[in-house]
Parts: sequence; C-alpha cells; structure tokens
Amino acid sequence: MQSFLASIVSVAFHGAAFGMILYVISVGLSITMGLMGFANLAHGVFAMAGGYVLTTAISRFGVPFPLALVCAFAAVALGSVVLERLLYSRLYTAGDLEQVLFTIGLIFIAVAVARFVYGTLQKPVMLPPYLKGQFALLGRDFPAYRVFIIAFSAVMIVALWFGIERTRWGAMVRAAVDNRAMAQSVGIDTRRLFTLTFALGSGLAGLGGALGADIIAIQPTYPFENLVYFLIVVAVGGLGSLRGPFAAALLIGVADTACKYWLPQFGAFFIYLATIGILLWRPAGLFGRRS
Amino acid sequence: MNHRGGYSADTRIRWPEWLPWLVALAAFFLLPEYLSLGARILIYILYALSLDLILGYAGIITLGHSAYFGFGAYVAGVLAAKAGVTDPLVQLVAAAAGGALLGITTGAIILRTRGLTLLMLTLAITSVCLEIANKATALTGGADGLSGVVVAPILGLFKFDLYGKTAYLYCLAMLFVGWALVRRIIYSPFGASLTGLRENSIRMHAIGAPVYWRLVLVYTLSATIAGAAGALLTQTNQFVGLNVLGFEAGGELLVMLILGGVGRVYGAFVGPLVYLLAQDQLAKQFPAYWYFGIGVLLVLVVMFARGGILGIADQALAKLRSKA
Amino acid sequence: MSAVLETRSLCKSFGALTVAANIDFRLEAGARHALIGPNGAGKTTFVNMLTGRLAPSSGRILLGGENITRLAQAARVARGLGRTFQINTLFRDLSVLDNVALGVAERRGVAGRMWRPASGYREIRDESMALLATLGLAEDAPRRVLDLPYGKQRLVEIAIALGLRPKVLLLDEPAAGVPSVDAERILQVLDRLPPDIAILIIEHDMDLVFRFARRITVLVQGEVLVEGPPNEIGRDRRVHQVYLGESHHA
Repeated sequence: MQSFLASIVSVAFHGAAFGMILYVISVGLSITMGLMGFANLAHGVFAMAGGYVLTTAISRFGVPFPLALVCAFAAVALGSVVLERLLYSRLYTAGDLEQVLFTIGLIFIAVAVARFVYGTLQKPVMLPPYLKGQFALLGRDFPAYRVFIIAFSAVMIVALWFGIERTRWGAMVRAAVDNRAMAQSVGIDTRRLFTLTFALGSGLAGLGGALGADIIAIQPTYPFENLVYFLIVVAVGGLGSLRGPFAAALLIGVADTACKYWLPQFGAFFIYLATIGILLWRPAGLFGRRS
Repeated sequence: MNHRGGYSADTRIRWPEWLPWLVALAAFFLLPEYLSLGARILIYILYALSLDLILGYAGIITLGHSAYFGFGAYVAGVLAAKAGVTDPLVQLVAAAAGGALLGITTGAIILRTRGLTLLMLTLAITSVCLEIANKATALTGGADGLSGVVVAPILGLFKFDLYGKTAYLYCLAMLFVGWALVRRIIYSPFGASLTGLRENSIRMHAIGAPVYWRLVLVYTLSATIAGAAGALLTQTNQFVGLNVLGFEAGGELLVMLILGGVGRVYGAFVGPLVYLLAQDQLAKQFPAYWYFGIGVLLVLVVMFARGGILGIADQALAKLRSKA
Repeated sequence: MSAVLETRSLCKSFGALTVAANIDFRLEAGARHALIGPNGAGKTTFVNMLTGRLAPSSGRILLGGENITRLAQAARVARGLGRTFQINTLFRDLSVLDNVALGVAERRGVAGRMWRPASGYREIRDESMALLATLGLAEDAPRRVLDLPYGKQRLVEIAIALGLRPKVLLLDEPAAGVPSVDAERILQVLDRLPPDIAILIIEHDMDLVFRFARRITVLVQGEVLVEGPPNEIGRDRRVHQVYLGESHHA
C-alpha cells in the first residue's frame, strides 16, 4: 500500500511537470488559433527551436542556464516575428487546406535544418549543478529539476494570466478573439496585435521546449512526434481559451504518465482514445465556446 | 483538362488519358532496373487517388489517411506472415475490406465534426493505429516491422520474381482497376454531389442532400482503396514497417497530391511520380537537402501555385492558346 | 382550408435573449405571404427554424399537417419545403446548370448513384435547362456562377429552390442588394411562380411587398405585431410607428 501511494504521488508529480510544460508550449497555439483563426501545425517547431537555442547557448557559448532560457525565449520570439511578417500574414485569409499545407511545409524545412545542423540524435540535457539532484519536499525526495519546472511554469502561467486579464494588451486580445471584425471597427490594430501575440506565444513555446527538454526530448523529428499532444491540449481545452488548455494539459500530463507507468504496453493509446471521446462529446473542447 | 464531373461533363476518355498507361508499359520494357521503384510509384498513385477522392472532391481535410493505408498494409502482412494466408488476391481483398471497415467506423464517428476538430480527430486516429502497431509486437513486429511476408504466385501462375516484373504488372493492373473506379465515381451523380459538398455544404443541406451519409460513404470508399494500396506495398516489399502509419506518412502523401494538383484525378498520377523519382535521385545524394527542398516546395506551391504541377501546366497551356 | 405550413407558439431563446416569442403563423396553399419587420426582428431566425437549420426552444412546426419540428433539413426538403438564402449560397465554382441540376437530382433520388455518368441522365439536364429558360438564364447555363453578375446570381438562387419543386417556398430577401434593373426581372419571376406553391417572402422593399403579397405578417422583436391583407397593414398605426421609429434612427 505504501509503495502504491508512493507511486501515485510520483505519477502525479511527474504528470504535473509534463502537463505544465505542455501548457507553456501549447498556450501560444491556443491563443493564436483563437485570435487569428490560423491552424499553425508548425507550433512544435518553435518549441524545438527553443530547445536547440538553449543547448547551443550553454554548450557552445557557455551561457549560464537562466540567461540561456531567456535567449531561448527571445530568439524564438524574434524568429517568429520574421516568419509572421514574411509568410504567415499572407495566409490569414487563405483556406484551411492552404494553412495546413503551409505549416506542414514549415515543419519539413525545420526538421531538415535541425537534422543538418544538429544531427539526428537527441540533445543531452545540460542542467546547472544547482538544479541537479534531489529536492526534499514534505518528507519525500523529488528530482530538483522537475520541481523547478513546476515552480517556474507556475510563475510564468500566473504572469500570463495576469497579463491577459489586467493589461490593455490582454483586453485587446480577448476582444479580438471574441469578435475580430468588431475589434477592428473599434480601432484595435489587429495586425500589430497578431504579430505581438504570435511572438509571445511562440516565445513561450520556445521557453517551454527549452525548459522541458528533460521531458520531451529535443530531436529533429520533434515537431512531427509531439504535434499530436499540442493539438490535443488545444482542441480538448478549447481554442482561444486560457484556462481550458491548462486543465487539458494537466489532465493529459497526468494521464499519459499514469498510462506509461502502469500500462506501458499500451503507451499513448488511451490518451488518443480519450481525446477522440472528448472531442466527440464536446467538439469545441471542454472549455471551448460553442459556436 | 480538369475532371470535374457534373451534369454536362464529357465523360469520354480523351487521348492524353492513355499516356500514363503507355508510359507505364514503356517503362516496363525499357527500364527493367527501375521496376521496384516503378511499383512503388504505382502504389502511391493509387493511394493518392484515394486521398484525392475525399480531399480534392469531397473537401474533407485529413492528416490521417495513412491510417487506412497502414491498416491495409498490416492486414496483408499479418495474414501472410502469421496466418499463413499466402494467396495475394485474398490478402488484397482482406486488406481492402479492412480498410473499408476501419473507414466506415471511424468515418461515421468523426464526420459529424468539421474544421479543426475533424483534422485533430484524423490525426488522433492515425496516431492510435501507429501506437497499436508499435506496441503489439507479437502481431506486428513492433518497431522492427513485420518480415517473413509470404506471397504465393498470383492465380497460381505468376510468381513474384526477384526483378519485380510480376509485382510491377500486378500493381499496374490494380491501379487500372482503381483508376477506372475513381473515374466512374467522379463522373457519376454521386461525384457531382461530392463537389457540391466541398463547395457549399450549407446549400447541400438546403437541397435535401443527406450530407453526413454521403461523406461517410465516400470516406469508406476512399479507405477501401487506400487499404488495397497498402496491401500492394506489403506484397511488393514482402515487408511492412511502422513508417506506413502516422502523421509523417500522412503528411508526405498530402505533399505528393498537392504537388501534382488536387481535385483533378491526374494530379494523383503526376505528384507521386515526380516526388518519388526526385526522392530516389536526390535524397540519396543530398539527404539533408531533400526534406528541406520538399518543405520549400510546399510553401512555394501554397503561396504561388495552388493547383500544383498540373495547375501550372493548365496556365501555360492557356497562355499558349491565347497567343495562337 | 388547412394550412400548408403552420407554426404554433414557436419560441427561440439564446440564454436571456429571446429572438422568437410565441409565433403563431399559418401559410395557406397558394399563398403570397410577406414577412416584414425592422432589422433584428427575427425574420431570418424564423425561416431557419422552419427549414430546420435552427432548433426552436419550444413550439411546433407543421408541414401539411405533419409535425416536422424535430425533422432534419433534408427530410423537410423531401416533404416539399424549399428556401433561398439572404446572402447567395451557391456552388460558386460550378456552372449554373450544375447548380440547379444538383437539386433536381436530389429530388429525383438519383444523386446518390455511382455507376452511370451524371451527364447520361438527360432528363435531369433537360429539366434543369427548362427551369433556367423560364427564368431567362438559359444562355448562362454553362457559365460558372461566380462569373455572373450579382443580380443573375440571385436568380440562380431562386432557380435552385424551384428545382426542388417545393410545395412551400421561403424566399429570404430575394431582391436584396440587387441593382434595380435586375430587381425588376426578379419581380417578374416572382409574379410568374406557379400559383399552387405557397410562398413566404421576407422583404424590406415595401414596393415589392405591396405589389406581391396578399397577406402580410409584421414581426417585431420576435413577436407577431399584426397580420392581415396589405391595405389593412398599410393603414395600421402600430406598423407606421415601428417603421417611423426605425427611420428616426437612420
């Protein structure tokens, strides 16, 4: 019984860490899909890029870990602005198929570049010494880095929610998600809003990818392998919503960890089945707005 | 030349439509070293035709069509390697039936949704299939794939030879059947209604069309053909691996079809031909650049050449005609 | 004379917002009935409920005496209910002929067939061409709809609905957005519609309404304000107030 309880705690803990990372990565996708109506399947590319920036910054340039995280965020955010201005913005009015194809093309390009520059193996995770080892919490030992992930993500999430709820930018985002035409007619510059929000969402994805390299391995096929998870979080949580994907991400994180721990022979099977079930029951997601 | 169907369409087979078959037969006699690549191209053309039916004509955007191809491939493989069923036509029919079964069950469930939700569900389905194939190692060989696929001579007469001659002609024959079927469907009243569904499904409801059942039906037909194509792949390679399933495989097929031109039958011929030929030549020499090139090509096609290669050909022909 | 189309206490609310309140409505055979009211009165919502695009919160809809409240759109069409849309809802990339033929094929139960080519069904093509001819669109039959001027597209909208041989035809602002030259053609078409079809027309153009309708229902904020023949409605003070009130805002 003791060890069963212990494994529940362990699953919950690791599941929460996974879920937090999923959320940090996917929240940007939810906002941009709700805001721009653009299905950016290439979102995983930004997360992967963040992971590679972190690795390169630490191992090639000896940048300390905290600064490297900031670099991951900034570099990906900046890169996404360039992509958005040059390419994405031309397709806002295009059909669904065009958007899907375009983003798949981006994935192919990113995967090829990653393979070329970094090779096909997974990037090893280089943690600073103060984040290695165990961390004692309530009489149990947990991997320090995972504790850090949970704590840091929580802070990021609170800051994000605060930003959306309290700042003017956040108000504009909420207005535009709710009714884009209306937002434009009250003078909100939706173009700049899109770019800014896209940059923030992509930057967060990069940060999440970098932070979560321990959980979701950084390798060239990252955008292909993990797209399903990011999409599940957004689809189940509800497009354009903030809280929905959070609940979905935690749910998926814990459920996936639990399944992989107790029923490893089934792998992600149940997650996919559950996703199918949830989407059939609530096509707009658990917290999505029913149109 | 577009094969759009409709109530005033000319359904006679025009002479350019015989070209693909002539080229295929010529290749058989003139390029005997390339027959295994040739068979692969023929299989992917059949596979792309099945996708064109639902994507190009009915307008169902799916990333998960590989589920039905892969399912058919594994059905044939498992029958051949594990159940001792070696007759290729039986394997083929079983795979097609498997594709149909999976198609109708998944289609009936997911075609009640639209847009992102539908896209997401198609992705989830092929991911489930990949996961099952990955984990059920006793049956599928898991990540190592399933070898030991035994294929008996077709009709007891035509043995699968080492040069791939039988395989090539076999795939060509099956492609012909598949093509004839798809062409018939497109020109039929059912095909015309598919175009209506793609263009304006609200209107289709308002003219009394049973929209949901039409979508399920075309989806099932498409899955059947895809399943058959999957079996052909297993039979020609005498092996089936995980790369027939999942998002990456589904994405690649989508690229092939878009490259050729979607919604016009022969795009499904041109696309896989160009893609697989190029892949054969370029990917070996410059593997790093291959994926990059495909990605760039896809982005360019979306931005500037939505109709794919055949679309560009159309425009060029129109310019030539207006000058003449 | 029993009504061809009838609603009893039809209601629709979206949360706290009520868009239809206890609408009792009767459409007789061969009717020429207009539904008017200020913007936002709920006219299109009412039509959407009649056709099955929108489910009512409560109340009943009867077609030919049969309760169709829970029936799907396609089934209502099969029972003779046709409609046009306020904004053109056409198969833009298809020819005018195909636009009409798709509906004709559905009505004839042929649209699901997969074997014979569509163009082999001469009767469908002939019927569609004949229909287009009565609307003056015969020459435009092979042209793509999106290449047509807006006024002709509006006519195609009506043609599709007529191809269904409806017993009841719901026309949602058929002349909306059409330049007056083409509007006259549409009016002539409406005048020549078979007398046995019951027609409900939503319109803002009062000239058209008074020229066409034999009965008028005035809908305001989801409720029926008054119903009667045109001369009574034209004299009704409440109707004047509703519209005069409107013009103050304009």
